[in-house]
Amino acid sequence: MDSAYTGPLPEPTQDSQPYWDGLKRHKLLFQRCVSCGTIRHYPRPMCATCHSMELEWIESRGHGHVHSWAVTHHAFHPSVKDRLPYVMAMVDMEEGVRVNAPLRGCAPEDVSVGLGVSIAFEDVTPDVTFPAFTLA
Amino acid sequence: MPLRDIAAITGIGETKYCRNAGRSSVSLNVEAALAAIRDAGLQPKDIDGIIALTYGGIVAEDFMTNLGISDLRFSGACPLGGASAVAGLQSAAAMIKAGICRHVLLPAGRNGASGPRVTNIVAAIPQMKVLAEFERPLGVFGPAQFYAPMVRRHMELYGTTSRQLGEIAVTMRRHAMLSDNAIMQKPMTIEDHQASRMIADPLRALDCCIESDGAAAVVVSAADFARDAPNTRVLISGLAEAHPESPSIATQRADLTKLGTAKAAPRAFAMAGVTPSDIDLAELYDCFTYIVLCQLEDLGFCKKGEGGAFVEGGRISLGGALPVNTHGGLLSQAHVSGMNHIVELVRQLRGQGGKAQVKDAELGLVTGYGDFSDASIAIMRRG
Repeated sequence: MDSAYTGPLPEPTQDSQPYWDGLKRHKLLFQRCVSCGTIRHYPRPMCATCHSMELEWIESRGHGHVHSWAVTHHAFHPSVKDRLPYVMAMVDMEEGVRVNAPLRGCAPEDVSVGLGVSIAFEDVTPDVTFPAFTLA
Repeated sequence: MPLRDIAAITGIGETKYCRNAGRSSVSLNVEAALAAIRDAGLQPKDIDGIIALTYGGIVAEDFMTNLGISDLRFSGACPLGGASAVAGLQSAAAMIKAGICRHVLLPAGRNGASGPRVTNIVAAIPQMKVLAEFERPLGVFGPAQFYAPMVRRHMELYGTTSRQLGEIAVTMRRHAMLSDNAIMQKPMTIEDHQASRMIADPLRALDCCIESDGAAAVVVSAADFARDAPNTRVLISGLAEAHPESPSIATQRADLTKLGTAKAAPRAFAMAGVTPSDIDLAELYDCFTYIVLCQLEDLGFCKKGEGGAFVEGGRISLGGALPVNTHGGLLSQAHVSGMNHIVELVRQLRGQGGKAQVKDAELGLVTGYGDFSDASIAIMRRG
């Protein structure tokens, strides 16, 4: 943590608490349906494929490729003023779901579709950790 | 087709659009509503249904109380963000077909410039709860950031350029300058667009709609009544609402370049019994330039990936093959959640388009687009 985090914090639900708990332990967790094996993200109680509500949490291998991205130049929130511009990368993870998180250590002009990235973890408060990406 | 020509728009009303109205959102809403009711040749007591856009805290009760509507039979809501207004037309027509209502009021508007700005309130909208929990904390706050990855993907796949988006912004501005109720009156060139500051790359400031104060309303009536209404009848011939894959957040959508519009379009055209080539003009929800381009593709005016070329060469200008947003749209007239698009299409089909009138306009299309690509379409004809 460079300085105190002043941005918004998540309000976990009973469905998502394990996801946030996983990030705290520096693990990116996805839900997998126990019945049919479909992996889903973001967390939710029912498998849309087979409608089972039995699920398990699996740890992502943490690797993926950029599907698309955006570079934010405008300070939509006071908390981001000092880190403009920043890249948000939508990443196709190896597990088949997508993750949208900041891509660190890569200049905006160097981002491209298919760029390989790996998951990273940013402890923003003693209790909360966010996912991010770095170049693979 | 169950809802084809069941209903007509009999009344339209708008307040003055501005940056600081200096009065309440309720006051703006009831003024526009009363104007629409009078335009239909009706009294407020004739209104038996209201579909209120609840943004800005406006509810049906505000209209009942202020207008003295004593026996409302239907209070509805269409929670589709910017697709709500046009989706409301489908709900209104269905209520009329069911015999529950005869005259449904659809109002919209708020103090969007002088009051709370969209970026500061969007996370509190229930349909945005996935964004609020999982992406807002990571840095995704405003609509420009929601849609920028869709634009980037389109550019990467199809070679769409920022200048092509600029064509849309410049055209909307030129149209707004023909209106006496459009906020943006300064001429804009492609170079102005290209020089405007980056907001969420690839979206620049001039790719984004304006935020404004004001309200607009329409009255949807049973088609048989509309024949005797004061103004030229504008029938609603085709209607559809659709929700995209991964409706809660775009991140998980397999094809980022496809909006709910792609599902709605075949249904709306089939109901109306027409094809895109029959359409004389289109009022397309334009929260961002790209959303116009993508809708043109998903509506079938051109193929997927060809939207960039389609908007070049004046095709979407007045005098072009498909005039789009003859009032200047959300980009240059005002942001009234697209109710102003419905008002403008009705005006055009009545022949009341003033300096922006499309010659011999008989058949037109209006769309809504909102949240994470919810879509609504209405096809209307003079008759």
